[in-house]
Amino acid sequence: MLEFERDLDELRDHIAELERDAGADSNSHVARELAVLQLELEARTADIFAHLTPWQRVQLARHPQRPHTQDYIDRLCSDFTELHGDRRYADDPSVIAGLATFQGRSVIVVGHQKGRSTSENVERNFGMAHPEGFRKALRLFDMAERFGRPVLTFLDTPGASPTLDDEKRGQSWAIAENMARLARLRVPVIVTVIGEGGSGGALALGVGDRVLMLEHAIYSVASPEAAAAIIWRDSDHAEAAAAALRLTAPDLLHAGLIDRVVPEPDGGAHRDFDIAAANLRAQLAPMLQELCAQNIDDLVNARYAKFRAMGEHQNVPAG
Amino acid sequence: MALRRRGSVQSYPDVPVDLWVTCRKCGGMHYRPEFEAALRVCPSCNYHDRLDAAERIALLLDDPDQFQEIDADITAADPLEFSRPSGSYVGRVAKARALTSRNEAIVCGVGPLQGRQVALGVMEFGFIAGSMGSATGEKITRLFEHALRHRLPVITVTASGGARQDEGLFALMQMARTTAAAARLGEASVPHICVMADPTLAGVTASFAAIADIIIGEPGATIRFAGSRVVQGTLRRRAPVEDHTTEWVLRQGMIDLVIPRRDLRETLARVIGHLAPAHVAAPAPIAARAARV
Repeated sequence: MLEFERDLDELRDHIAELERDAGADSNSHVARELAVLQLELEARTADIFAHLTPWQRVQLARHPQRPHTQDYIDRLCSDFTELHGDRRYADDPSVIAGLATFQGRSVIVVGHQKGRSTSENVERNFGMAHPEGFRKALRLFDMAERFGRPVLTFLDTPGASPTLDDEKRGQSWAIAENMARLARLRVPVIVTVIGEGGSGGALALGVGDRVLMLEHAIYSVASPEAAAAIIWRDSDHAEAAAAALRLTAPDLLHAGLIDRVVPEPDGGAHRDFDIAAANLRAQLAPMLQELCAQNIDDLVNARYAKFRAMGEHQNVPAG
Repeated sequence: MALRRRGSVQSYPDVPVDLWVTCRKCGGMHYRPEFEAALRVCPSCNYHDRLDAAERIALLLDDPDQFQEIDADITAADPLEFSRPSGSYVGRVAKARALTSRNEAIVCGVGPLQGRQVALGVMEFGFIAGSMGSATGEKITRLFEHALRHRLPVITVTASGGARQDEGLFALMQMARTTAAAARLGEASVPHICVMADPTLAGVTASFAAIADIIIGEPGATIRFAGSRVVQGTLRRRAPVEDHTTEWVLRQGMIDLVIPRRDLRETLARVIGHLAPAHVAAPAPIAARAARV
C-alpha cells in the first residue's frame, strides 16, 4: 500500500467494521454514521487524487496491485490465445502476445507483462523485456500484417532489460527493428500505456496510429531512477526527476505526445479492474472501428506524419 | 584537415600541452604531430579518438569545401523548461553552441564521396554529448527525407550519449521519428550506411543507427544500449564496461564491419557503389527552408 493511500484505507477499514457490527438490523444512528463516513471517504479520495504529485503518480503507475496487460486482455477480449517464442532464441515471459477477439473482431494483442508476487516478478523480469521478447512481438506484428488484423499494444515496463546478456543478443537492434516495423505496419495499431511507459523498452511496442494513456500511468524518456542517475548521478533523486520529466498523462496530453487520457476509477485502476477496463474499452472500441475503416495507405502516411510532428525546435538567424 | 587540440588532452602541468597527447583509452602518450598524421588513431591500442564533425566531414568527403550544409540554423527549444542542479537546459544549449560553433548535435548536408553525391549526417559529440533532442531528430529526419526525395545514398556517423534527458518524452519520440524516416529509405531502396564512432549509446544505437543497411564500427568504440549509469540506477549494480567495444559487438553479430579510419572513405564508397545504382553525380538542389515545420 502506498503512503498516501494509508489514511484512506484506515477509513475504509473503519467503515467495513461498522457495517459488520451493525449487522442486518442496523439502526438509523449507525446508518447515518456510515453514510457520513462514506461521504468523507469519497471526498478525501477525490481530494488526494485531484492533487497527485508526479511522484505519487509514479507510485500509482507501479502499484503492485495495479492491473497488468493480462488483466486488461482478460476483460477486453474473449478467447485470448497466447502465442509463445521468437522462433530464434527463447520465449520471454516479460512480453505476452497472442490472438484474441475484441468487439467481435480478430486482433493481435501484445504487451509487457509484470508480475504481482515476487516470484512471478522474477519470472517476468519485472516487465523488463529481453530482445527475444521484442522479437516475439515483431513476429506477431508481421503476422498481423500478413492476415490483416489490427494490433493492440499495452505498455507497462520500467524499461528494456539492460544486462550484458541483453546487450549480447542485440537489445538496441531489437528495439529499433520493432519501431521501424510498427511505423510502417499496414494494419491499424493502437497503443495504450497502462502503467509504466519506460524509455526505449516501452517505445518498442509504442509506435501506433493512436496512443492512449491511463490517467495515472507514466511515460518517460527514462525511468525516474535512470534519469536521476544520468542527471544527478544518483538514482536517489528519482522523485525530483519524476517532477522535472513531465511524465504524467495530463502533461503529455498537453504536450501533444499522446492522444487520449483514459479515466481511472476512484482511488486508481487497482481499486477496480473492471471499471478501468470498461473505461479503456469505451475509448478503444470506436477508435479501432474508425481506424479499420480507413484506407491503409492513408493510415500509414498519417502515422508517419503523427510521429514526424513530435518535437519542438527553433531556428536561429543564419550567420 | 585541421585537427585541433581538444578532448583527448588531459592537463598535465609539466607536459607541453601542444606537443603531447594522452590516449583516452590506454593512457599512452603520443607526439602530437605523429598522432594527428595518423588521423588520431592511437599507435599503442588502436583506439580511434573522437573527431568533431568538421574533421569527420573532411575525412570522408572528396573536398570538404563542396559540403553543402543543410538546416544549420535548427537549434533546440526547451519544451519542458528543464533545469538540472548544474544549470538550465537553455544555458547548456547556449554553452554547447559557443563551444562547438554548431546549433545542434548533428551536422547534415550533401557532398561528394569519390565523385558520388551523398547525404551525410555527422553527430557532434561536443554538443551535449551528442545527445538526441527534438532539433537533432528534426535534422536527422530532414536529412533522410532529403535523401529520399533526391535518391541520395545516406551516411550517418554516430557519436552520442543517447536521448537528451532534458527534453523528456520529446527526446524519446525522436527515436521513433528518425527510425520511421530511416525505414522509408529502406522501402525506397535508398541505401543507408551508419558509421558507429565512439561512443554510440542508448537512444541512438537503438534507433535509426541500428536499422542501417550496413553498420561499420570504428575500432575501439563503445557501442551499447544501456550506459553504465543507467544500469547502476536501474539494477543497482555496476555494469562491466570492457565488454562493449566495436569488436565485441561485431562478434555478437550486430554490426557488419570494423574498419580502420584510414580505409573508411574507400570502404564507404565501395559498399555504396554496390547498393546504389550508378548515376551521374549532380549536386542536389537544396531547398531554402526558413520556416519552421
